[in-house]
Amino acid sequence: MLDKIGIAKRIAQEVQDGYYVNLGIGIPTLVANYVRDDIEVEFQSENGILGMGPFPYEGEEDADLINAGKQTITALPGASFFDSSLSFSMIRGQHVDLTILGAMEVSEEGDIANWKIPGKMVKGMGGAMDLVASAQNIIVAMMHTNKEGESKLLKKCSLPLTGVGCVKKIVTNLAVLEVTEDGFKLLERAPGISVDDIINATEGKLIVEGDIPEMVI
Amino acid sequence: MINKKVANVTEAMQGVKDDMTLMLGGFGLCGIPENAINNLVKLNVKGLTCISNNAGVDDFGLGLLLHKRQIKKMISSYVGENEEFERQMLSGELEVELVPQGTLVERCRAAQSGFPAFFTPAGYGTEVAEGKEIREFNGKMYVLEKAFEADFAFVKAWKGDAAGNLIFKGTARNFNPAMCGSAKITVAEVEELVPVGSLDPNQIHIPGIFIQRIFQGENYEKRIEQLTVRKRA
Repeated sequence: MLDKIGIAKRIAQEVQDGYYVNLGIGIPTLVANYVRDDIEVEFQSENGILGMGPFPYEGEEDADLINAGKQTITALPGASFFDSSLSFSMIRGQHVDLTILGAMEVSEEGDIANWKIPGKMVKGMGGAMDLVASAQNIIVAMMHTNKEGESKLLKKCSLPLTGVGCVKKIVTNLAVLEVTEDGFKLLERAPGISVDDIINATEGKLIVEGDIPEMVI
Repeated sequence: MINKKVANVTEAMQGVKDDMTLMLGGFGLCGIPENAINNLVKLNVKGLTCISNNAGVDDFGLGLLLHKRQIKKMISSYVGENEEFERQMLSGELEVELVPQGTLVERCRAAQSGFPAFFTPAGYGTEVAEGKEIREFNGKMYVLEKAFEADFAFVKAWKGDAAGNLIFKGTARNFNPAMCGSAKITVAEVEELVPVGSLDPNQIHIPGIFIQRIFQGENYEKRIEQLTVRKRA
C-alpha cells in the first residue's frame, strides 16, 4: 500500500518533458518534489504564477508571493506573474497540459466530487470547477477508500459534483486506474496489494484484464 | 494628466453607503486593499454585498467586516479558513454565493469590458449551473454567466501615480486588475504613490482610465496566511 508520498511519487512519473502543470492542494502539491530532474516542467498556480519554485528559505518569505494554497513560495528563473483572468485563460484555454487534484469521490464515468459535503463542509470550489471543466488531462490523487472504509470509486458520486466526465486517470494508495467508457480499468497494483484487495475496495465497475503489474516507484 | 489623487482613505471612501455592492481585490490575504477594508470597519456601513475571492481570516481582511455583521452577502470562490464566516453561513445570517474562481474573475472582467454575459464550461453539470442557460458549442456544453454590477471596487497595487496608472507586485496582482473599472467607482490604494512620469509606460499593468480615485496607503501589515519555508542545507 502507498502512503501519500508514494502516491505523489507515482503521479510524478506521469509528468512529461515540456509540460505545464497545475497542482491542487494536498497530495498533488507533493508531486513537485518527485518530478525527474532531467526534464523541463513548469508549475502553474492559479492565483497568478507560472514557474513556481520551492518554499523560500527562512527569513526570505515574501507576503506578495504565495501559491493557491496561500503558502509562501519562490519564483524560478523564467517565471512570470499574471492576474487571475489571464491565469484562467491558461486553464480554460487548455494551455495547461496536466492538472493533478484531490477528490472525495470519482464515478466510473469520470465525474468528480471534491468541494462540498452538504451541511458539513462548505468551503467553496476555488478554481477546481474551472480546472476540471477544461483540462485535457486530469489525474486524481486520493485514498481508495474513506475513513469509514467505503470506496471512493463509485458508480455514481453521492456528493455534489465538481465536474462531469472529466477524470482520465486515478492514482490511489492501492492502484493506478484509467477511466474508460466501460468503467475503471485497473492498470497497476500498489506494492503488496492484490487484485482482490482492489476489487473489494472499488464500488464502481472495475475492469481487470490479464496480469496486473505492480507499480514501480 | 487627469488627476485622480485624493488626500487620504477618508476622501477615497466618499459615497460608500449601506446596502452597496463592493468588489475587493486580493487572493487570501495577498494583495487585499487593507486601508479600504479598515475604513469600511470604521464607517460601520451595513448590509454590504462583497465580491471577493475569499473572505479573509477571523481577525484580518474581510473577517473584520464579518465580525461586525456588516456583510449581508458574500460572493466568493473559497471561504475556508474563517470560523466566524462558517458560523454565520450555517446559521443563515450570511447569504453566500459560491462561484468558480475563473468565473468569478471573468464576471468582474466582463463588467470592466462591456460584456453583459459569457459562456464558460466551468460548473456544467453541477449545482452551479442550476437555473442558468446552457448551450452547446462544438460538441461541448457551456453555462451562461453574467457580468457583476457593483457600486465600488477597492483594489490595491504596489506602485501608482496621480494619473491612476498601476503596477502590481508578485502574486498580489490576482483579482485586482479585473476589478479596475468594473464598478461605478474604482478606488486604488498603493504602497508607493510615485510622481507622474516616473513609471515606465511599458511596465504599467492597469492604465489610469479605469481608476477614479487613488491614494497613498498606510501601515500595510501584509499578513502571511501560511508561512512555509525550507531550511538551508
